[in-house]
Amino acid sequence: MADTTETLPLTAEKGRFSETLERVRRSSEYVVMPILALIVSGILFSIFLFALGKSPVDFFSLVWRGGFGTSFSWQNTLARSAPLVFTALCVAIPARLGLVIIGGEGALVLGGFAAGAIAIPLIGVVPSYVLLAVMLFASMIAGGAWIGCVGALRHFRGVNETIASLLMFYIAVSILNFFVEGALRDPSDPNKPSTAPIGSENMVGFIPGTDVHWGLLVGILLCGLLYLLMNRTTFGFAAQIAGGNLRAAQAQGLPVGKLMVISCAIAGACAGLAGFFEVAAIHGKANASLIAGYGFTGILVSFLARHNPLVIVPVAIFLGGIAASGGLVQRRMDLPDATVLLLQGLIFLVLLVSETFYGRLPFFRSKGAQ
Amino acid sequence: MTSLAHQQTAPSRAVGIETLGMTKVFGSLTALDDVSIRVAPGSFHALLGENGAGKSTLVKCVMGFYQPTRGTLLVNGNEETVASPRAAHSLGIGMVYQHFTLVPSLTAAENLVISRADAPQVIDWQKERQALSDFLQTTPFRVPLDVPVSSLSAGEKQKLEILKQLYLDQRFLILDEPTSVLTPDEADEVLGLVQDMTKAGDLTVLMITHKFREVTSYADEVTVLRQGKMIGGGKVGEISVADMSTMMIGETQIRERAARSQTSKKTLKLELAGLFAENNEEAPAIEAISLKVHKGEILGIAGVSGNGQSELIEVLSGQRIPSDGRIFVDKKPYEPTRQHMDQFKVFGFSEEPLRNAAVPRMSVAENMAFRTFDKSPISPFKGWLSPPPMRERARELISAYRVKTPTPDEPIENLSGGNVQRAILARELSGTVDILIVANPCFGLDFASVAEIRAQIMDQRNKGAAVLLVSEDLDEILELSDTVAVMSEGRITYSSPIAETDRATVGHAMAGQHA
Repeated sequence: MADTTETLPLTAEKGRFSETLERVRRSSEYVVMPILALIVSGILFSIFLFALGKSPVDFFSLVWRGGFGTSFSWQNTLARSAPLVFTALCVAIPARLGLVIIGGEGALVLGGFAAGAIAIPLIGVVPSYVLLAVMLFASMIAGGAWIGCVGALRHFRGVNETIASLLMFYIAVSILNFFVEGALRDPSDPNKPSTAPIGSENMVGFIPGTDVHWGLLVGILLCGLLYLLMNRTTFGFAAQIAGGNLRAAQAQGLPVGKLMVISCAIAGACAGLAGFFEVAAIHGKANASLIAGYGFTGILVSFLARHNPLVIVPVAIFLGGIAASGGLVQRRMDLPDATVLLLQGLIFLVLLVSETFYGRLPFFRSKGAQ
Repeated sequence: MTSLAHQQTAPSRAVGIETLGMTKVFGSLTALDDVSIRVAPGSFHALLGENGAGKSTLVKCVMGFYQPTRGTLLVNGNEETVASPRAAHSLGIGMVYQHFTLVPSLTAAENLVISRADAPQVIDWQKERQALSDFLQTTPFRVPLDVPVSSLSAGEKQKLEILKQLYLDQRFLILDEPTSVLTPDEADEVLGLVQDMTKAGDLTVLMITHKFREVTSYADEVTVLRQGKMIGGGKVGEISVADMSTMMIGETQIRERAARSQTSKKTLKLELAGLFAENNEEAPAIEAISLKVHKGEILGIAGVSGNGQSELIEVLSGQRIPSDGRIFVDKKPYEPTRQHMDQFKVFGFSEEPLRNAAVPRMSVAENMAFRTFDKSPISPFKGWLSPPPMRERARELISAYRVKTPTPDEPIENLSGGNVQRAILARELSGTVDILIVANPCFGLDFASVAEIRAQIMDQRNKGAAVLLVSEDLDEILELSDTVAVMSEGRITYSSPIAETDRATVGHAMAGQHA
């Protein structure tokens, strides 16, 4: 194209001010688009409810009440948000490198299993803080190694990371079942095959005055830390280059393979932490209850948050709320529990479509550019 | 011979077209503004203009890819609306694209027959072959019909593309920069044959080009476009090259060609020793490349596209792992890692910067910081990154290199091609450069940018950098190089100091005739 771009005064103070204004205007796109997507999916879902002869108004007010209306529902919501924060980070970090990891559930399962398994010989032997610390590291190492493998497969062998991570989820479940139903099964529990319980005295407690375990707070801190890592460090910048244009990153001599494997390992460690808190704060032992779909909902959270760690927290709470309201919707409106899953799916679909509109809406285009 | 062929067929088969007030508006951009040209039957008409001048838009309107916003198209004097490329074909208007559209695994004969709109379900090859050789008798082009297209040379492929249009009975041919992938000899042959056909009245040609040499040697008439408008034109003999050039670039100031300063002593800087690499299909792409580049020397590597140049550049810039061979800088082994690039001050840039050197979605400031983000002041201490100095540095570079961008935070993909390349230049050339690796740096850019970039390369050479320049543009190689080498089929087949060679010799070497 010809040089039709006009030069704007860059040196004048006025230039600085309009630059800031421009930045705000352009970044508003990243806020407006997901909200638009939410509204559109709300409308589509209302049509679905009409078709079933149900009132959308009732539905959304029940979702509000069940998710955010009372202090009880808030606590329910927040308790469900904690694992979503971790599993969303498992998607968001590799996304900076252009990798789509959808197997966070596998790292969660293995992280939880590693925590439960390593605890067995230590229960009652070491003080509870030592036990929890060992479990925490075990879960992070297991999850990190698991997704780290996905990154390594991608870099060294060119294996598609999306498919590899999804397939490895099934392997992770099989590993869990193999041990929990076999060598590591707690014989004292005749009902559900599980590892030995770590004991209520050893479990992670609740944030005072609530039913929400400390995992949520850890998750929020982790989001802040990883935001800094991805946006204020040379590592994050290099990852962004590699994610945006692999050839450019190579031409800058950046260690692309190392960046990929490390980012994936960090991501897996986050999902592993989700497994740790499921075991150490909720179930007290590792069993098939770990496979609750948090890893998959985390994908939606991360995409809705545009893979921005700081936005993950509110989005996780939002989706946690929708999930928490499932029971209430089921009881009051005589709708199946899966209805909220349908809503989640619809949001994801509309969101993916909205991605294709970035940069196409005239309002968000900056004036000087073509 | 052509006149003989002409007599065997119906007289005056060439189609003429005329556009009246052709206008095409895309949103806020008027790509084509009230352009009226007349291409008489049997004429060879050249369409000159820079990138973005509206040449492609005009021919796309003629071909039915676009519907003009305003304006009329006359074909042989009749007003026609061309709704699609298929409609254009039925009017006898065909186009040969810059890139080949043949199926590489099929033979020339197969490519021709399947291109027919009425290709039969069951093909009687004996009959088709007879028909094809009869058809070939009527044209001056000679192409082997029975070998796969992939084994034909670029010149033969281009002839086959033109043959295909003739076979489909398109008697108005639009050629879109038809010689960009040909050696000079091939280009002369193809254009010469096409010119013969127009002289015989068998064909009308509208050729998009930016090479004055092709206009003056082959075209009868010329039209010059600039920024969507028709600036001028007329009979080729009546307009000087200087006039055409002025019409193309307008009042834009073109930077003077940088003088080549004399460098005395030859210090070896960069040495490639027996480099081998494979292409994406795991076939050998470069073989035993050994080159030496000295301080203050530009080594220009000429060659027709696809002879291993891009693989060589990829190996040098770390985008491809060589299967054998070594690279030495100052006689020390060199690997294209960040550490070595910094230590030996190796920089580079290439064509299509958005694909090769920039991250389109990141801002201009960020893209300008790719070399410096892990060094002070942008990284005040190890691992940390500070955006304000990054933006500050970008502001300096933007004004020093006259990058036109609304703000440093604009995503770089929103800039025009010349400005993207200037931003990359600013990033790569603002420090001390000891080694510069450049590939087709001016591809697709406007004249002003081209002159600017070539001058910058010469500046770096004069300051003592060792420059490895790979270019498909022979004029660029001849203008800049101290030493010329030619790459053909993955090997260096010719090498000579610039003073001891000339355009024809290098051109022959590009065609594979080893000197």
